[in-house]
Amino acid sequence: MEPQIRTLIDISGSQAALEGQADLVLERAQWASTVYQRFGRGQVQDIVDAVARRAHERAEHYAERAVEETGFGVVAHKKLKNEMTALPLVDYYRDHDYINPRVDTARKIVEIPRPAGVVFALLPSTNPVATLNYKVILALMTHNAIVLSPHPAARACCVDAARELSEAATAAGAPDGLVQVIERPTIPLVEVFMSSPKTRLILATGGNAMVRAAYSSSNPAIGVGPGNAPVLVDDSADINLAAKRIVESKSFDNSILCTNESVCITLPDADRRLRQAFSASRAHVCSPEEVERLRRLLFHPQGFNIECIGRDATWIAQEAGIRVPQNTLILVAPITQIGVEEPLSREKLCPVLSYLVARNLDQAIGQARAVLRLAGKGHSAAVHSMDESVTMAFASAVECYRVVVNAPCSQGAAGIGTGLPPTYTIGTGYFGRSTVGENIGPGHLVHWTRMAYRNDEPFGDYEGRGRAFEGALPEAPSDGVPGSPRAVTPASPGRPASAALPDREALRRMIAEELRDLLKK
Amino acid sequence: MSTEKLEFLDRSRHFWNPGKTQDWQDMGVDLVIDRREGYYLFDMDGRRLIDLHLNGGTYNLGHRHPELVEVLNAGARRFDMGNHHFPALARTALAEAMAACAPTPDLRYTAYGSGGGEAIDIALKTARHATQKRKIVSIIKGYHGHTGLAVKAGDERFSKLFLSEDTVGEFIQVPFNDLNAMEDALRGRDVAAVIMESIPATYGFPMPREGYLPGVKSLCERYDALYIADEVQTGLMRSGEMWCCTRYGVDPDIMVVGKGISGGMYPIAMALISERCGGWLKEDGFGHISTMGGAELGCIVAMKTLEIVQRPEVRTMVRFIADYLRAGLEKIRATYPDFFIGIRQHGLIMGLEFNHEQGAKPVMKHLYNNGVWAIFSTLDPRVLQFKPGVLLTQADAEEVLRRVEIAVDLARDEVQGRRRPH
Repeated sequence: MEPQIRTLIDISGSQAALEGQADLVLERAQWASTVYQRFGRGQVQDIVDAVARRAHERAEHYAERAVEETGFGVVAHKKLKNEMTALPLVDYYRDHDYINPRVDTARKIVEIPRPAGVVFALLPSTNPVATLNYKVILALMTHNAIVLSPHPAARACCVDAARELSEAATAAGAPDGLVQVIERPTIPLVEVFMSSPKTRLILATGGNAMVRAAYSSSNPAIGVGPGNAPVLVDDSADINLAAKRIVESKSFDNSILCTNESVCITLPDADRRLRQAFSASRAHVCSPEEVERLRRLLFHPQGFNIECIGRDATWIAQEAGIRVPQNTLILVAPITQIGVEEPLSREKLCPVLSYLVARNLDQAIGQARAVLRLAGKGHSAAVHSMDESVTMAFASAVECYRVVVNAPCSQGAAGIGTGLPPTYTIGTGYFGRSTVGENIGPGHLVHWTRMAYRNDEPFGDYEGRGRAFEGALPEAPSDGVPGSPRAVTPASPGRPASAALPDREALRRMIAEELRDLLKK
Repeated sequence: MSTEKLEFLDRSRHFWNPGKTQDWQDMGVDLVIDRREGYYLFDMDGRRLIDLHLNGGTYNLGHRHPELVEVLNAGARRFDMGNHHFPALARTALAEAMAACAPTPDLRYTAYGSGGGEAIDIALKTARHATQKRKIVSIIKGYHGHTGLAVKAGDERFSKLFLSEDTVGEFIQVPFNDLNAMEDALRGRDVAAVIMESIPATYGFPMPREGYLPGVKSLCERYDALYIADEVQTGLMRSGEMWCCTRYGVDPDIMVVGKGISGGMYPIAMALISERCGGWLKEDGFGHISTMGGAELGCIVAMKTLEIVQRPEVRTMVRFIADYLRAGLEKIRATYPDFFIGIRQHGLIMGLEFNHEQGAKPVMKHLYNNGVWAIFSTLDPRVLQFKPGVLLTQADAEEVLRRVEIAVDLARDEVQGRRRPH
């Protein structure tokens, strides 16, 4: 008979048990980060590269796993996103140094990076592994340890992916526990993690409730709210190219990136050409009756029908009872109103694009502002126009912090194919009740200690005077255990090294003794 | 010192233990522990101390670990100590949990005591029954507790006082790390068991030489004696593995567990006994009776303690704590090489050795004055027992090193008579 573990008194749901579990994971992370901060830039880069390589190699596997587990998205696109958050991400930041101090002789300031230490990261169900890769690599670049909290709907693929990255990190010499994952996340457990004083920074990507909870935790948090991007197409734009790019964006991973276009707003002069261009780009422009069917399918009284998240256009059309060609990439739904009375003007994480014709540019901009007022404040928008007065007027008016011009918004606002930093965490700033309005990057995981000199006195000489990095802790001996390492005692700091050396006379004696010993044999 | 404390110490001398109360005052340690939490003790006058004594690993997981408090409270709504004569849910559940993590699957049975001494007595009685021999071999300056048989296996300091030392030659003591002496003791094949602390704690953690413990085990096999591992202080992940004896490659016939297994919350201890040695459990299961041994509330707490120490995070923490403290202690040692002369270490089982026959006492005193509580080794006062908990935080580890450096400096000045003017 084999012994079994039988829990007679189950306290697993108690606050004490949740806190005990969180405390242990976070303290292990604290230890790991403390040791990791002894590593120099070369060692850090080796670890980051090893982890990124592993993430890249496994991009397709985890794209399949994520689609299989969540039912959201397109494997090929998820693979691309998983790859984008691996090697290209690391290359993008390769020349950024978050490890060594930087010296500004002009301002007489030295800046020393001070990582957050322990980062707690929430992962969404929509982009689970891409976000995981992204947050892990950001943390590792910046001397941080990270604890990942997967969305319950994408738990299994995230737990396995996290384990793989953790293994890759330790195999490359990282301290154990630098990358950890909560294997059985529950809302009470996640809340305990978020409010623990051992959590130094929360990176919250996910639903509004989770992001608000992160901000309410009493810990520093960078939260990312939902999107609902308006896209303006005016008649100066290359209409065919605009349609093609919008379709490319809306069909990318079936609109699961929160940067996807939600409502296309155009003007009467461009309306007919744009509809034709959509049709030519494998978009199906719906009739009013079909729009009503879509409205009923996509929106329930409680909100968006999550069954439709990340589904492809033909699946949605079939469910709604709309006949479309098999190669249809997106559904375009003409609407006449923006606001609470029109559910289709809300965020749609599926390849359905609402379509509205405004009377003139002023009204179009007003409608775009209304789209974001409804949802997605601070997030993203797009404009297709060759007229800089239009793009400037639009970008200055809409309440969001990214406006991509003549580019697919899904990809462009996330830094794919644009000059924005590649990210899977979009800062929604003050418009979106967040602390950060930029694309989140490694810089957000580090603060800097700044040494400042008086303006009218000479600056110190800091050239080549870096921080000392001692590397991994030497393994403590286990006395008496075969193969255990021996302790290394550092030289006594009280005595100069030369004093420990024998003087000339003593040396001569030693040599003489050795010679005598030799002669005896 | 507050007047309240002065008055309290008088009462302590009067009603509890005059000698012990006074000895601490004489050593400059006026500690009266009141509140306690995690690895912190709070003196009744409010001073905080980081606990590196842990009562020999009893507070391995810290004081009043919240999960242990929770499980004890929840357990008390269903169980009490239980009826020791009957099969009992919690006792068997803990026995299974012990068997599941024992150093070898042979250690199937668990026999309970209420404290380590009683569990040692059970182990020694079991060995005598299994071998039908009486002699017990232990280590000079070994320590196994204060009950009838355990006290005889230990230093005479604790047995002679009560006229309880061995007088009939049944308890033989040999020097530690001396395989020849051990072989001499076993050669007559009249020894029931050798009892070994995997690392002798009260003797200041002298470390077994490479091959010593496996050598003792082979000698036991050669001369038909049993090997009893006393893991009371060294078990439960303190070595970086669940049981310290396995780190040395020894599979014991009987293993004694105490202190830390109680979580410091409910007294319990046990002897794990192999099928081969457990004959008395079949012949007369009532052979050892202990009303409070294996109290079911203690079992509930012990099961949670076992579960916590086996979490993967703990293993990593132990490694970090051991490496980090060692690196820091080496730096301190390099600063005071004429006084702080050695570090004995296996995981979190550590002894700091000083170049004076009572050297650990002033270090203890200055650590106490600087907010750290660590105790000298009773049987070798040159050595300070340095016993960080398995959940020590990084911040507290840094605090410990900072305070140790200060205390070692002060103690060195005191011992070597070079006190600087303040």
